[in-house]
Amino acid sequence: MRDTLIAGARIIDPASGHDRLGDLLIRDGVVADFGASLDRPDGADIVTAEHCILCPGLVDTRASLGEPGFEYRETIASAAVAANASGITTIAVLPDNAPATDDPALVRAIAAAGEATGRITLAPYGAATRACRGEAIAEYGLLRQAGAIAFTDGARTIGPAALMRRALSYARGFGAMIVQHPEEPSLADGAATEGARATLMGLPGIPVCAEAMLVARDIALVELTGGAVHFAHVSTGAALDLIRHAKQRGLAVTCDTAPPYFDLNETAIGDFRTYAKLSPPLRIEADRLAVVSALADGTIDAIASDHQPRDADDKRLPFAEAAPGGAGLATLLAITLAQVHSGALGLGTAIALLTVRPAALFGLDAGRIAKGKPADLCLFAPDRSWRIEAGNLPGKAQNTPFDGRAIEGVVLGTWKAGRRVFG
Amino acid sequence: MRMPTRHLLGIESLHPRDISALLDLAESYALLNRSGKTRRDVLRGRTLINLFFEDSTRTRTSFELAGKRLGADVINMSVSTSSVSKGETLLDTAATLNAMNCDLLVVRHKSSGAPALLAQKVDAAVINAGDGMHEHPTQALLDALTIRRHKGTLEGLTVAICGDIAHSRVARSNILLLTAMGSTVRVVGPPTLIPSGIEQFGVTIHHDMADGLRGADIVMALRLQTERMSGGLIPSAREFFTFYGLDAAKLAHARPDALVMHPGPMNRGVEIDSQIADHATRSVIREQVEMGVAVRMAVLDVLARTATPNA
Repeated sequence: MRDTLIAGARIIDPASGHDRLGDLLIRDGVVADFGASLDRPDGADIVTAEHCILCPGLVDTRASLGEPGFEYRETIASAAVAANASGITTIAVLPDNAPATDDPALVRAIAAAGEATGRITLAPYGAATRACRGEAIAEYGLLRQAGAIAFTDGARTIGPAALMRRALSYARGFGAMIVQHPEEPSLADGAATEGARATLMGLPGIPVCAEAMLVARDIALVELTGGAVHFAHVSTGAALDLIRHAKQRGLAVTCDTAPPYFDLNETAIGDFRTYAKLSPPLRIEADRLAVVSALADGTIDAIASDHQPRDADDKRLPFAEAAPGGAGLATLLAITLAQVHSGALGLGTAIALLTVRPAALFGLDAGRIAKGKPADLCLFAPDRSWRIEAGNLPGKAQNTPFDGRAIEGVVLGTWKAGRRVFG
Repeated sequence: MRMPTRHLLGIESLHPRDISALLDLAESYALLNRSGKTRRDVLRGRTLINLFFEDSTRTRTSFELAGKRLGADVINMSVSTSSVSKGETLLDTAATLNAMNCDLLVVRHKSSGAPALLAQKVDAAVINAGDGMHEHPTQALLDALTIRRHKGTLEGLTVAICGDIAHSRVARSNILLLTAMGSTVRVVGPPTLIPSGIEQFGVTIHHDMADGLRGADIVMALRLQTERMSGGLIPSAREFFTFYGLDAAKLAHARPDALVMHPGPMNRGVEIDSQIADHATRSVIREQVEMGVAVRMAVLDVLARTATPNA
């Protein structure tokens, strides 16, 4: 492989605090050197990157890839293309496919399939319960040995308190976290957040407290068991307050959110737009603002794409019957940057939430720029604008809740282990 | 008049002046109907399809009669649950209807927003004849016409809507229409049947019938779906009737000339007492049915005009 020199970029590596103009040299798949002004090796590919930002390849802590079992929605290969378009080079893959990732062989198969694309590292979650059915805990020890990064039932809440207690307790023995979809199941039979909008649209509502309630319960179970919980796609101020408080008390509690919850509010479902039907549902503006604050103050540990691929047959239905979930891979970076442009987040903070912090959550060797480490990189023009259009997104899934949105932040190049996979 | 949109999906999209104009036109059709005349030229050559995914007798019949009195070719399609289980989707049905070149499509569906979805996919003007818990605009219009004929106006009236507000599309459309036209609206029912956030629509909430009906000009009882009881939202029919069933004692709290309304079909002895439902001077329930035909004639007429430029 020829050397690549990315020249004149603003290189930001939140892990080390590096934020300076300079060059970066890729040799034999690794970052050979980076600094103010590097010599240009003979025959190197030169990428001129003035006014652009070079950061570690993004680490997405939460995506459903459709494979195995739902290949009509997305495949590992198509998801890898969509991910690279947003600068993502590592994805934590949800286990609730068909079959669910509840067997060590499936964990290995998903990781191997990622490697085979040459574009992406797939870090599989193991199922928290067998077949993600919410009955009996899965083989955490064997799954962990095979490479599972943590355990979750994906879009399903681990409902019964006794089961969650056992999961937290048993996973602790293997140093693993339980990742929870925090929504009290007996209150979650709805299509939108309960309130005036759901009432006006005649949609069954999910009360906003369904999230905080489950978070409060699981924090109590963490105290009981000494286990570790990570709350996925947290969307309400009440839940974030509980998490903030638990962190202050030193409990092993972490969380992520996803772009829809800091970029959109429930008005996006107006006119029965099923692409904006998500789980958890979009919230009122006050909750969106609470999510933004929690990103800025560090309560939220990571921003995940929360990619849930759906096809037209899943979505072209009356709202209450349509499948929840939004495509998120291709828009992860741009929607996050909107918070930087608005002044709510610093650029370094935003990049950290997409790289080193999610990597640290799961102990992944990714999300940083360091000499001798694989060259997983993302080069983007922060101010260049484009329009998000369902139908024109990379990858198979087109169900973006951001359809029609004009946005700033264009990825110009993505490198995976030194190979240019996008741009 | 012209409608602001090509379809009638809900009261939400109507301006008070559209509502007034529709009611004026409906009033003239009510007089025409009483005189026994028809105007078969209005929709001559037009095709109206009644597409009902949910059982209905009175609404479907009312639209059928309205269409026929205006000269349209009317076709009734009841989409049974069996064809749903065959896998035909709502949009497959839409594509089929589009191929038939229908002009006016009247839709009832159990899911909120289904007519809006169809409206995006068909060329016909779509009329929402009730979708889930969302809207039932022609019901609200016919209720308004009935009230206006008796009280002369909608402005300044106090209307109490009683019973299962949470699951009622009739309640939603009525609240939107009546508040837009200057009525004061109260909703009365047990807290489990009052939807969250309803006070943001400019209504007051009452859990006691005496309190909710006091001084009201209009009392509307809503149908209580029996499945609400199996769902545990109220403990029993007799408990509901005792506290929220509209009977003479509760009606006595309203104004002496208060009108009693019900969108039908009634559960006698559950949400309304027979003595009240059949009361010769207080109950206008049968007149509501009559006004239903006139209102639907007005809606079909206006939408057909809106759909055809220069007509």
